[in-house]
Formats: sequence, structure tokens, C-alpha cells
Amino acid sequence: MSTVAGPGMVVSAEQRKRARNVGFAYLVLAMVCFFVFTRRPGDAGFKISETSQFTLPAQGFGWALGIVLVAIAAAQLLRGLGKLSNVVLALATAAFFMSFLAWAAAGDSFSFVGMLQDTVSRSVPITLGAIGGILSERSGVINISIEGMLLAAACTSAIAASLTNLWLGTLVGVLTGMALAAVLAVMSIRYKVDQVIVGFAINFFALGITSFISFRVLVPNRDTMNNLLPVMPIRIPVLADIPFFGGIFFDQTIFVYFSFLAVAVTTWGLYRTKWGLRTRAIGEYPKAAGTLGVDVNKLRYRNLLLAGGVAGIGGAWWPIGIVGRFDQNITNGRGFIALAAVIFGRWHPVGALCGALVFALSEAVRLKIGNFDTGIPSEFLIMAPYVVTIIVVAGFIGASRAPKAAGQPYEDQ
Amino acid sequence: MSETLKSLRFTLLAVVAALVVSAFIIVITDIEALGNGDFGTALSTLRTAYWGLFKGAFGSLRAISNTITGATPLLLAGLAVSSAFKAGLFNIGATGQMLAGAMTGLWVGFAFQLPPLIHVPLALIASAIGGALFGAIPGALKARTGAHEVITTIMLNGIASFTVLWLLKTEAFKREGRDDAISKFVEESARLPRLFGFMGKRIDLLAHSGFIVALLATAVFWWLLRKTTLGFEMQATGFNQEAAKYAGMRTKSLMVVSMAIAGSFAGLAGGSEVLGLYGYASATVAGDIGFDAIAVALLGRSTPIGTLVAAILFGALQAGGRQMQVDTDVPIDLIIVLRALIVMFIAAPLLVKAMFRIKGEAKSFGQTFRGWGG
Repeated sequence: MSTVAGPGMVVSAEQRKRARNVGFAYLVLAMVCFFVFTRRPGDAGFKISETSQFTLPAQGFGWALGIVLVAIAAAQLLRGLGKLSNVVLALATAAFFMSFLAWAAAGDSFSFVGMLQDTVSRSVPITLGAIGGILSERSGVINISIEGMLLAAACTSAIAASLTNLWLGTLVGVLTGMALAAVLAVMSIRYKVDQVIVGFAINFFALGITSFISFRVLVPNRDTMNNLLPVMPIRIPVLADIPFFGGIFFDQTIFVYFSFLAVAVTTWGLYRTKWGLRTRAIGEYPKAAGTLGVDVNKLRYRNLLLAGGVAGIGGAWWPIGIVGRFDQNITNGRGFIALAAVIFGRWHPVGALCGALVFALSEAVRLKIGNFDTGIPSEFLIMAPYVVTIIVVAGFIGASRAPKAAGQPYEDQ
Repeated sequence: MSETLKSLRFTLLAVVAALVVSAFIIVITDIEALGNGDFGTALSTLRTAYWGLFKGAFGSLRAISNTITGATPLLLAGLAVSSAFKAGLFNIGATGQMLAGAMTGLWVGFAFQLPPLIHVPLALIASAIGGALFGAIPGALKARTGAHEVITTIMLNGIASFTVLWLLKTEAFKREGRDDAISKFVEESARLPRLFGFMGKRIDLLAHSGFIVALLATAVFWWLLRKTTLGFEMQATGFNQEAAKYAGMRTKSLMVVSMAIAGSFAGLAGGSEVLGLYGYASATVAGDIGFDAIAVALLGRSTPIGTLVAAILFGALQAGGRQMQVDTDVPIDLIIVLRALIVMFIAAPLLVKAMFRIKGEAKSFGQTFRGWGG
């Protein structure tokens, strides 16, 4: 398949095809710049703090970016961008995004920093859910039940936090996630039930039981059992004073810090420790790992419980991190978005974080931009996250290779 | 004991186990009664609830009609998930495909004036085509770029629901004099005849001939799997894509075709809801049916007969659950729990065996979905 690769040369047919697709994608983006982003006159104000803002002329920026994109597309299609292609892609995407914002907010202004802050906050449950997914799938157990874990943990942590305090509430969320993970583990490891079926059964169970409890217990006892003050952001000294970035990353709730920490620790753990090597081994080729003395099923149990615990914190984010109560089906499919983020990120924690951020960003954009009358029905702005995800997955990510043993029960010989 | 009897026994025991666990949930969430130490009240609530569940599902002609009404879209959407499973694809997108079919069927339903004998089939075909086209998108994306259908179908569900929400506000679809997202009525000639229409005055019998369409679709699915080369190739691809490829099958086209077939089933589900049950479309026309359909397919092990039985069981639970909610303060959400438990227990014969201390071999089922690869 592959030929000898020179520096900056496109190697395989598959890669060549992808490079061509990316080239055409640049052309499409350029067309959008010319025909959409130059349509609304006026300057757009991007507020980057309480007092300061910068402005972009919507039309001028659209024209300029469109021309640049055509040039990039030409370079990409004619000779390939080689090693620079990823950098260029990232820069072009960012510039396109800015042009979109300038177009939407032309003649008006909005809090740019607030939007990014919101993005980071909203990524928390998706990221933590995705880490839960990665931990179990890397160990060879398909985890469709992220949604159920998030939802159940959100419900129990809301009740526990209302009755006691936020710490205990979060703890109960963690335990709830672990309990559901234990069901997934026992069913799929011990009773060898089809993992997709157990996963979906857990989702249904969580949806049913939390709606049931919400209706039968929480509604009549709203003040005592479903009423709490969510956590406040914690300003990290010095770092929070960095202009622009400080507010986005270092003036957030403890959930945000935990989720970044979880990404870092999971990445380090999976690729730099004995535990990680073993985990990846039992997810890829459990027989070999078993022959070398790894207790495959025991490690699967442990990793699944860990996955459930992490997802549990993700679930606790709703009542304790932001909303202050539990509502029926509060997760509203975020667990499936997390699942998509797992595949999107190719079962790597950092990749999953990127997926979570992309989705959270488009959600935050919709909330900030939805108010501007752009002439485009709001429904199309709302579906932007879904469209963006499909384009990213189909255009740039393509087929991702899952852990090979995911879905297969393991039997000791 | 014959195989069938044995599997029937496990199914029954699984349902019993699920009912027992749910009973426990009903009793322990009766906080007020338990707080007063009043076990009698809690238990009588339980009795009324379960009696309501049964009565609402099978207790009268109206109950049976409600069961059929609930089972119809579940069966069609269930087939959409089952047929994709057979081809090794995980179709989470039944909701989106239903919406697509609902809208195309709706449009044919109100835009033309034709005799019923032509109008009804035409509207149904339109729904099937709408669903098929929308279903083919994730298939084509996977075949061309490798984008995983689990991601794309989830995203397409979102895209479909918001597109429908927008369409319902456009002049072409909007009902006159209404500001909310609700469509025009379809022509009377496009309405699916009601099943109990011969009983004249009984307008409470909602069951419509969408159920017949669903049964026919089940038969088509059976025929496809058992009697056609296409069905054989779909299953071969689902079983082992690499092997199918080496055997000379065009696995990529099969992916698109399988998803289009799945989508057409789901499209019919959307169409039969619009043309049979409602007579118009709203943003919630698909509801949670696409999601429940996954449970139906899993419970039915993706076989035609299994999907049929699972859909009727779920339809019955839904009809009974509504009666239960009327008779007691037990919310209908219990039905979702009950469904989850039934799916779980049926999937875990080893567990049921352990619970009821049955001796002998419990056959474990094969896998539904072979991992993420391929």
C-alpha cells in the first residue's frame, strides 16, 4: 500500500485521497466566506474582559480570509502542504470560526471570553463520560452505558447534596456511577452477556428509574431533596490573571480542573505505567496478556469501576457544578455525545477532550449567537454542532481503529 | 424439553424477575406510606398498579387496540435497528429516519388529492423512500470515509429533529392559524384505515392498519434474510466483513444498501404514525420510539419473529403503563425500568438460571454487535 516516503510527500492512496478531500474542504470554506460572511455590514465587537474588546470588520475579514483559503486550497491540491498541513488546518479553522462569529455579530458585540469560558465548563461531563468510555473500552469492554451512568449519578448526587453537603453529594454520584459500572462488569464479565445489550439496558434503567424517582419522590419533596447551591468558581492565583486565557481556564469550578486532571492522568497512566500497558494489552489481545500472567478479568473489573467513578463525577456536574437541581433526563443525550467523542478521539483521552471541546464550543456559540438576527433560522444554528461533528469525523478522522477485544468476553483457559 | 419450550421458560422467568424487581421499586419509593410504617397501603398500591398494567394492556378491546397502536411504530423502527444489526451496523438513527419518513409521507399526504387506493400506498412509499434516503447517508459516509455510524447516526438524529422543527414553521407545512410547530392535516384519502373501523362508533379504538404494514414489513425482512442473495450477503458482511470481501462481495455498497433498507423501515414507522395515528406531524412525532426500538431489536435478537414479539410486549407495557398511571400514583416511567430489566434478564440466561436455581444448560446467545471495528 505505502510507497517510499520522501519528506513532505503524500504516502498512501488513502492519505492522498484524504489530502484531496481537505483541499476541497478549503474551497468550500472559501465559498462560504465569499457568499455568506461578506453579507452583513458592520464591525463585530469581541469582548475579551469586563472592560476591553477588539473589533473585526465582518465583511473585510470575510473577503480576506476567503482569498487566503483559496490560496491554501490551491497549495494543498497542487503539491500538498506536507508537514505544515495540520498547523495550517488548525489556523484556517480558527480563522474561519472567527469570521463566522464576526459575520453573526456584525454591528453588535458579544462576550467572546464568556463564550469560551462556557465552552470549557460545558465540556466537563462529555470529557469525563468519554474518559469513562475510554477506560472500559481500552480494557476490552464496550461501554454504551455512559449516558445511564451520567444520568443516574446526576440524580443521586442531587438528592445526596440537597440532604447533606456538596462533597457527600459528589461522592454519592461517584458511587452511583461505580454501581452501574459494577452491573456492566458482572453482566459482561461473569455472565458473558452481550455488552451492547447490558449497556443499553443500563441506559434504559437509568432513564426510567431517575424519571420515576423525579416524579414520585423529588416533585413532592422539592425543597428538601432537590434544592442545592452549586459550587462557585475557584480563581487560581496568578494564573487567573493571565490576560484572556486566565479567565477561560483558571477561573472555573473544581469540576473543570478535575476533568483536565483526569485527561492528563489517564493519558499518562495509559501510556507510561505498567497498569496502562496491561490495560491496553487486555483490550487488544487478552489471551496474550493472560498467558503472561495478567489477571484479565480482575483488571477489567477494576478498570470498569474506575470508569464508572469518573463518569459519576461527570454526572454530578449537572446538579452540583452548574444547575443546582436534578430535572428529568437532564443529561439529554450527552452520554452519547461522549461516546461519539471516544470514537472521535480514537480512544485517546486527549482526542476525546478535543471532541468534547468541539461539541461544547458549538453549543456555547449557539447560546451566545442565537440572539443575533442573522437571517438564518435558529434551528440551523442549533444543529451546527451535529453538522460540524459529522464533517470533522467524515472529512478528517475517517475510520478509527477500536481496541480489538472490545466486546469479547474473556475466558480463562 | 424442546428448545422452544426451554427458551420460552427463560423468557417467562425473565419477565417475572423483572416484575419482582419493579415491585420492590414501587414499594420502596412509596415514601409517605413507608414513613408511617404503613406497609398495607404500599402493598395495595402495588396490587392496583400491576392490575392496571395488565388491564390496560389486554383487559378490553380498547386495551388490545392500544397495545397494537403502541406496537406498530416500535415494530417498524425495531426492524430498522434489527436489519442494520444483521449487516453489522449499529443504527442509533431510527429517530432521524422516522422523522424523514414522517415528513415525506406527510407531504404526499396533504399535497395531493387522489383516491384512497392510490393515495395511501403512495404516501407510504414516500415515507419509505424518505427514510431510506436519510438512512443511506450514514451508510455512504461509512463506506466512503470510514466515519463510524454510531457517531453519524446520533448527529443525524439531531439534524433531523431541528430540520423538522424548522420545516413545521415554513409556509409549505405549517397549519394555518397556528404559531407552534404543527403541520397541516393529511387528506382523508391518505389516512390509513382504522383496524376496528368496522365497529363504526368506537372512535376510542385507535389501532390502524399501520400494524398490517408492520407485519408485512416483518415478513419482508424474513424473506430478505432467508430467501435472497442480498440478505445473505448482508449477513455475511455483518458476520465477518473481511471474509465477505474476500468472497467477492461488495461490502461497501452493501453498507449503503443495508442502511437504506433499515431507513426505509424506520421511515414507514414515521409515516404510519402520521398517516395512521395522528393525521398530522408535530416536532415530537418520533418521540422516544427510535431509542426504544434499539431495546426492541436487542430483545428480539435482531430476528424477524423476535422483533415482532418484543414490539408487541413493549406495546403492551406502554398501553398498560398508561392505565397504571391513571389508577395509582405510580408514574409511567416505571415501564422504562421494567423494559430495561426484561432486556437485561433475557440477555442473561445464566443469571436467571442462578436466580431460580434451574439445573442444566442455559444457552448463551451470540453477539449482536461485533465491536467497533470494520
